[in-house]
Amino acid sequence: MSATDDPDLLSASRPAGPAPVSPWLENWRYFAGNRGALIGLVVFLLTVLIAIFAPLIAPHDPAQQFRDALLAPPFWVEGAKPGFLLGTDALGRDILSRLIFGARYSLMIGLVVVTLALVTGIVVGLVAGYFGGWVDALIMRIMDIILAFPSLLLALVLVAIIGPGLFNAMLAIAVVLQPHFARLTRGAVMAEKNREYVMAARVAGAANLRLMFRTILPNCLGPLIVQATLSFSNAILEAAALGFLGMGAQPPTPEWGTMLAEAREFIQSAWWVVTMPGLAILITVLAINLIGDGLRDTLDPKLKRS
Amino acid sequence: MLRFILHRLLLIVPTFIGITLVAFVFIRLLPGDPVLLMAGERAVSPERHAELMAQFGFDQPLWRQYVEYTGGLLHGDFGYSFSSKRPVLSEFMARFPATLELAFCAMLLATVLGIAAGILAALRRGSWVDQLTMGTALVGYSMPIFWWALLLIILFSTNLGWTPVSGRISLTQFFPTVTGFMLIDSLLAGKPAAFWSAVQHLILPTIVLATIPLAVVARQTRSAMLEVLGELYVTTARSKGLAPRRIIWLHALRNALIPVVTTIGLQVSVLMGGAILTETIFSWPGIGKWMIDSISRRDYQVVQGGLLLIAAMVMLVNLTVDILYGLINPRVRYR
Repeated sequence: MSATDDPDLLSASRPAGPAPVSPWLENWRYFAGNRGALIGLVVFLLTVLIAIFAPLIAPHDPAQQFRDALLAPPFWVEGAKPGFLLGTDALGRDILSRLIFGARYSLMIGLVVVTLALVTGIVVGLVAGYFGGWVDALIMRIMDIILAFPSLLLALVLVAIIGPGLFNAMLAIAVVLQPHFARLTRGAVMAEKNREYVMAARVAGAANLRLMFRTILPNCLGPLIVQATLSFSNAILEAAALGFLGMGAQPPTPEWGTMLAEAREFIQSAWWVVTMPGLAILITVLAINLIGDGLRDTLDPKLKRS
Repeated sequence: MLRFILHRLLLIVPTFIGITLVAFVFIRLLPGDPVLLMAGERAVSPERHAELMAQFGFDQPLWRQYVEYTGGLLHGDFGYSFSSKRPVLSEFMARFPATLELAFCAMLLATVLGIAAGILAALRRGSWVDQLTMGTALVGYSMPIFWWALLLIILFSTNLGWTPVSGRISLTQFFPTVTGFMLIDSLLAGKPAAFWSAVQHLILPTIVLATIPLAVVARQTRSAMLEVLGELYVTTARSKGLAPRRIIWLHALRNALIPVVTTIGLQVSVLMGGAILTETIFSWPGIGKWMIDSISRRDYQVVQGGLLLIAAMVMLVNLTVDILYGLINPRVRYR
């Protein structure tokens, strides 16, 4: 890796022809050629920065109630109160500050859910695809059962059992998203496991665990990365939906879906309380999906024609 | 072909048994005493408690309870709603037409508009038409539909007053229930005003529920179409000098629609999830709202039965799509 990255070394050993680029650089160039994906990446990175530096950026404490500024409209509307750029909600809390802190929740939800679903899905899928037979049949039937339920409904019922709350909602969503990773991994493993390089590693004496994780897994990563990106945005949407239905994060948490649930009754009187949190969800999810589309085009050799 | 269908049917059996197991285990996983849980706030005397335990079979060993439960299912016994005291199945049947009517309209909109947009984008690949449709599709795909619903209500119901905020039909309209579908029943009763009212109530929920399937179908149609247009048989058709119109409609589209059919089938599950949110927001008296209400009312027999019925329905639709797929694509059948 480091050797191919060094241009001097390359030119010394290969006097003629263009220097070969590392696969990472090649993928990046392809990805960066996609304008939408690049915009998505920039917006996403901005969201990450906002989440990290929320206490520094937010003009107010997200829980502080300004009793003299209840339901103040955003700055461009008549009657706006100075200091509240996007207005305040029914309890006089600054919406902008709540949105900024809400970014932390959404990104954490995406990260935790995808990590849980990805790790369990990969392990389950590797085991099923590698060993085959009844192990495979049993695991895949269980995945079929999970997939037979509409994901939001299953997550709702799971949360009803283990109790409403942000953490339980994340667990439920991870359970619901996990079969996609398991199926994907299994399919890729079944396609790879009879290839010559796996055979060679086996002949060289590699044990099952090494074959699964070191030899086969790295060659199945492309589709998994794309699925992880899509699951990230799905997790944010589903968690917001659960919050909206009162089964996710509980008030006064400034989670975007929960904010929408609190705002519902002001649909006739104060549109900004309803509009802003949804816009935040849409922009974040859209950015991640743009990245996902770009990654799919980059990592799928079938689509890549250049 | 018959073997193919039988094989698919056999494959579905273990999954279905698994679903009954999940629904069965669900009620037993709830923390606390099942009878007290169902009674909620009300006090239960020890005698009544024992009586109820025996009535619901909670005093039996677990395997015995499961056998009784599945035996009941085979006879159409899905338990009783604790709040309405009516059988879960008849409650489900009473609400199902409302969801079906909404879901059908949404699917129709998503399929027709989605396929048309996908074809258009594929044929004008790279043009502003393509970029605009696919951009819109991506926004639709990323949409938190509960928020989308609220926005539409703010715009069309609150500000413009074009559509009603909630419900299935104006409360001033009465006609006998024949099919359970408002659009059909109102026409059967010969009441155009009622029909118009039903249409007005349907518009916003249909748009909301159709948004994500529409985006998915449009994206899928475009990529399937692009793939097919690059195939050798399309090149052959072109070099034979066939009219572009004929190539697109006869050679390309028919093959491109094969993966789209699967996509549409998979959207039924998405649609049922979306129905929960859409029905809750528009107070649409269907299955989704029923489930949410039952969850918050802790009416667990309903949640259990509803979960099972919805999953069974989604499975049946997927099975149908699978078989349909085999019918239109011989390559799958003979694999």
